[in-house]
Amino acid sequence: MSAPLVDIRNVSHRFGQLAVLKNVSLAIEPGSYTILLGPSGSGKTTLLSILGGFVTPSEGKVFIRGADCTAVPPAKRPTTTVFQDYALFPHMSVGGNVGFGLRMQGVDGATRAAKARDALALVGLAAAFDKKPHQLSGGQRQRVALARALVIEPAVLLLDEPLGALDLKLRRQMQDELKAIQKRVGTAFIHVTHDQEEAMALADHCVVMNDGRIEDEGPPERVYARPATRFSATFMGESTILAGTLAEAKNGIVTASTPVGPVSLPGASPAGANVALAIRPEHLVLGEAKGDVALGTAKVGDVVFQGSFKRVLAVSTLDPALQFIAKAPASAAVRAGDTIAVSCNAQDIILLAD
Amino acid sequence: MRAIVRFAAWIYAIAIYGFIFLPVVVLVLFSLQATSFPIPPFTGPSLRWYQAVLSDARLTSALVNSLLVAVLSSLASVTLGFLSAWGFARFVLPGSALLRGLITLPLTVSYLIIGMGLLVLFNWAGVPKSLLAAGIGHVVINLPLCFAIIYSQMGDHQINIERAARDLGAAEWKVLMMITVPVMAPAIFAGFFLSMTFSWDEFVISFLLTRFETTLPVEIWNLLRSGLNPKTNAVGSLVFAVSIVLVVFFELTLLRRKPA
Repeated sequence: MSAPLVDIRNVSHRFGQLAVLKNVSLAIEPGSYTILLGPSGSGKTTLLSILGGFVTPSEGKVFIRGADCTAVPPAKRPTTTVFQDYALFPHMSVGGNVGFGLRMQGVDGATRAAKARDALALVGLAAAFDKKPHQLSGGQRQRVALARALVIEPAVLLLDEPLGALDLKLRRQMQDELKAIQKRVGTAFIHVTHDQEEAMALADHCVVMNDGRIEDEGPPERVYARPATRFSATFMGESTILAGTLAEAKNGIVTASTPVGPVSLPGASPAGANVALAIRPEHLVLGEAKGDVALGTAKVGDVVFQGSFKRVLAVSTLDPALQFIAKAPASAAVRAGDTIAVSCNAQDIILLAD
Repeated sequence: MRAIVRFAAWIYAIAIYGFIFLPVVVLVLFSLQATSFPIPPFTGPSLRWYQAVLSDARLTSALVNSLLVAVLSSLASVTLGFLSAWGFARFVLPGSALLRGLITLPLTVSYLIIGMGLLVLFNWAGVPKSLLAAGIGHVVINLPLCFAIIYSQMGDHQINIERAARDLGAAEWKVLMMITVPVMAPAIFAGFFLSMTFSWDEFVISFLLTRFETTLPVEIWNLLRSGLNPKTNAVGSLVFAVSIVLVVFFELTLLRRKPA
């Protein structure tokens, strides 16, 4: 296996007394699309700033293409950043903006213009070369910022919540384009977001962060299906969480005592451990107990019709603190106030240490 | 009743504007006097006193001196003011608020005090009375002004723009010259023109710090010592006209800001 393109080793960072990153290590593969996903305050933006060279970490090292870049200033490292507010130069034309990085490298005017036009064509804005940034819409400015960062062919492109300022429809559209552009240019993208849908749609490698630590990382399918921690089970998609204690563990089957009764599932944790059982909404079965694990009955609190499905929130009759989040077919006849049986299948339950 | 109130309001407005502008109107009007005394009745209009001013070598050389001092001291003020504003806006400095307060403090000190202080200082340091000394005095009074104008326009939004330039490989001085200065241009020009206006008709400091070669306001004062005549009115009107032009430039540059 080749060396990773970016290697973050044991990075910690403090702003004054506040520890924002706590011993984070992360490797980025060439050509990958990495998403740093987390709530605000999770340290994801600080990690991106460290990669971009705007922040020097309190501890730890950052290697890019094998070279120690920990204290290298932004101008001298092979990264470029697409800022959340785009940070276009208001006094320059779009072409001037895109060509700026090349101009700093001493590239002559004609080559610069040709490359800037190519980069603008790549993002679908070939016609905007002579316009000023303030004549463009938000989505177009976003593309200019992307072209400006890509034109100098960085080893890594850093994107700080690039879709945050766009409306939902445009965001989904830009999301698809970002992925397509990344595939075409083959540059490694590292993209910060708090939107888990964006993360699932874009990432080859999804890094879930919380409170300055990496909670979980891997392909989004794996992170969704088998989250490593309780936090990632609830942040990357929703989950119903059953708290419990393992009463018995033998032959690869564990039995947990939970507020809704004993639940047996495949697993290997030792007896006596406190665990959390996470169940994805689409795995909860409502109505006649069809799943092989009965989870008692629940009183339906809220039914939200979402087009292709209904999102159902129900409170367990056995434990009022337990809330089930379920996804029912659009045709399901569930109404608020109903009391229904809830069940699931043992292999769909995710066993997490608590 | 309402008609009376409206009428009174009009009277009041006219009285206020009359109070402010009547002296200038009288000055300009009697600069066009055809006879030798700037008192009623009005005998003009005539440009003879303007001709007298422009053919007076002392007055024209003072006018050139004034322009020179105004332009050079304003350039120095705006450059230093911009650099200090940039420093305060971009770097975390110990006691930043206190230091910012100190740098704007000369705005509240009377020109007389500043002029006397400089006089004492230059005497002690052996700097002779000259246009240069007066120019330095004008930098002392205008630097805080330029700083205040430019600092107030330096928003956080520009921080990311500068970062983007650095990220794309620009050295620090290039960031400053190619990004910060052009983006801040309206505030920089506004600071420059306002400094020009203040330097142009500043009297006390120039009076204290110049000797043989002097600026126009000091020369006018010399002229006034021999009594009023339409020539003083004419030169005063010229000073006023230049001030108006500078203020208009100031307003235009500050108000005509490009949408970001």
